[in-house]
Amino acid sequence: MRKFVKLLVAVAILTFGASMAHARDQIKIVGSSTVFPFSSYVAEEFGATTQFKSPVVESVGSGGGFKLFVQGAGMDTPDITNASRRMKTSEWDAAQAAGVTEITEVLIGYDGIAVAQNVANPDFSISLAELALATMEMVPVDGKLVKNPYTTWDQINPALPKRKIVFYGPPTSSGTRDAFAEMVIGHYAKANGALYDAISPKGKGENYSAVRQDGAYVPAGENDNLIVQRLTKDMDAFGIFGYSFLGENTDRIKGAKINGVDPEPKAIADGSYPISRSLFFYIKKAHLDKVPGMKEYVELFMSEKMIGTNGLLKRIGLVPLADDLRAKVQKDVLSYKNLTLEDLKK
Amino acid sequence: MQYSIDPKILKRRAGRDKRFRVYAYGAIGMAAAFLVFFFTDIVSTALSAFKQGELLVEVHYKEEARKVGDYALEDDLSYLVSRGFTRLIPAQMREDRSLLGTTEEKWVLADAEVDQYLKGKPNRLKKDERRLVDTLRAEGRARLAFNVGFFLNGDSKLPEMAGIWAAAVGSMYVLGITFIFSFPIGVMTAIYLEEFAPNNRIMQLIEININNLAAIPSILFGLLGLSIFINFFGVPRSSALAGGLTLSLMTLPVIIISTRAAMRAVPSSVREGALALGATRWQMVLTTILPLSLPGILTGTIIGLAQAIGETAPLLIVGMMAYIPDATTSVTSATTVMPAQIYTWSSDSLRAFTERTSAGIIVLLAVMLSMNAAAIYLRNKYEIKW
Repeated sequence: MRKFVKLLVAVAILTFGASMAHARDQIKIVGSSTVFPFSSYVAEEFGATTQFKSPVVESVGSGGGFKLFVQGAGMDTPDITNASRRMKTSEWDAAQAAGVTEITEVLIGYDGIAVAQNVANPDFSISLAELALATMEMVPVDGKLVKNPYTTWDQINPALPKRKIVFYGPPTSSGTRDAFAEMVIGHYAKANGALYDAISPKGKGENYSAVRQDGAYVPAGENDNLIVQRLTKDMDAFGIFGYSFLGENTDRIKGAKINGVDPEPKAIADGSYPISRSLFFYIKKAHLDKVPGMKEYVELFMSEKMIGTNGLLKRIGLVPLADDLRAKVQKDVLSYKNLTLEDLKK
Repeated sequence: MQYSIDPKILKRRAGRDKRFRVYAYGAIGMAAAFLVFFFTDIVSTALSAFKQGELLVEVHYKEEARKVGDYALEDDLSYLVSRGFTRLIPAQMREDRSLLGTTEEKWVLADAEVDQYLKGKPNRLKKDERRLVDTLRAEGRARLAFNVGFFLNGDSKLPEMAGIWAAAVGSMYVLGITFIFSFPIGVMTAIYLEEFAPNNRIMQLIEININNLAAIPSILFGLLGLSIFINFFGVPRSSALAGGLTLSLMTLPVIIISTRAAMRAVPSSVREGALALGATRWQMVLTTILPLSLPGILTGTIIGLAQAIGETAPLLIVGMMAYIPDATTSVTSATTVMPAQIYTWSSDSLRAFTERTSAGIIVLLAVMLSMNAAAIYLRNKYEIKW
């Protein structure tokens, strides 16, 4: 018994001692779950082909990533945060206040948001506005805003089939949902600004992004594979998720045309497919010289082998940047250009 | 006077009895059906993960391959072979210079798409690639071999390379920490509450709170762990230490409650006997009560730990839901655990991960079942009937 107690004390002292004398030989990356697969792919390649340890990549969401990233410049904070949206000015302010003054922003590519259905259905083509009318909470009827009354597609546009409106999409906690709401619903509300100003945050219609809650939009969990599975059973339904899940499941689902454009890498990259977003990561420059391998990791990420037109990340669903933009990004990043507040306001 | 029972009542009573039995059988049948459905679903998807596609290829260690490993293979083959193999060629050639200029024929890991095609599952191979794989198979240069890598590798973004080992090691570390911290504290608390504590308001309050703690949603323990261990004590995020400490918060009430129950089952005659022989209360606890209740305490502890090994939510908050391919070597470096690994695979877009998810679930279930079996064994072996 006495021996056991001694052992216990020894272990306790050792573990705490070790945690105090904790030096970093491993890059720490946090952030968006959308960028996570790409980031960890590069991390794996980095760990396998160099002498450095594989970076730790944590999937905590874009907002969660920024929160950890801007905590301070200390070594117990992450070196890089991934994001499926740009840094907000509020996050920039928090970073400045905590002493994280030098940040480099990296645009790595795009992610399209697909609206997909069962592959056995006839092709479906709608406009962005029709999609908004099918998913938003308040819609204009006879010049007045009312709760979304549409239950079938032909009520929105008589040319569309008489098919029940059902969406399986990400829940409120998801960045994909925010992006969808902003690009589809926000876009529509902005075009009809006067009507929406009154019920929008800050009085601006473009900030309106409420998704309907009458059962036509079903929050189906963070796991996009589950949404895909549901589409194989439910012929009426549409699913909302990242493009990579569509590309991987073409034998059972297909995308709907939005504004006449199919969700395809080329259309997503040149912006003609309207629901796509940019993917970023942010580098804490203060850590560049302190964490071994950080520069090499960024260089590997920026290489043509990874984010190029035929790069490895394209195979797992990243939509690469256009050639000239990519060249510019590569140049800016490798010279570790400082991010400024003006950049974020653009 | 003669009692007579209306036969109608008797009949109704018998009917009620029968119906009740049918309901009970129905409930058991339902539970069994769910279980069977769950297991057949998991096992049938998982089976194919234990086989892995391999290709017999000629590896040419030539000059160009020192930069890009793909050049060591014939053009059309380099797409069919796993990157996990080709990317290591340059380093191999750097280390062993005698390789240069030689050619070697060997079985190498196939790309996940080829693997899926060989298993007859949906894949993204192009027509000519499929034809090539078919020819390879006809020539006996493509096979499905036992998937050793799944048990020896860590996580990977290449499905064909991904394995459960690193997560299993992480789980063991976390569980070890949980045990080291929760077992002594839990047992000591229980001893005090059961044998020494005065019966007053404060003690009642503590008791109620402990019972309540056992029913708290586990994610709250994660938040507690984040604010106490990581933010206040500075334990490194994603480390086995942070995860283990958090889980020991969760396991503590289970251990306390089961220890108390085990100690209460020891008849008071044993206590009084020890005291009558002149033992102090400590001696009484240490020499009689603890040894007698140990089987019960261990059973409770193992069940608490089995619950902890399957826990995901609190670990997500302390940063263990992460891509960490290497098995951990210390309690302070980053690690992942089995349930987190399963979750990560289940949400990956690549189809080849589906079967690995199920295979991971089977491994986790196997570990949990053997822990529970150990608990049952201990109970049966040492249980004393008073």
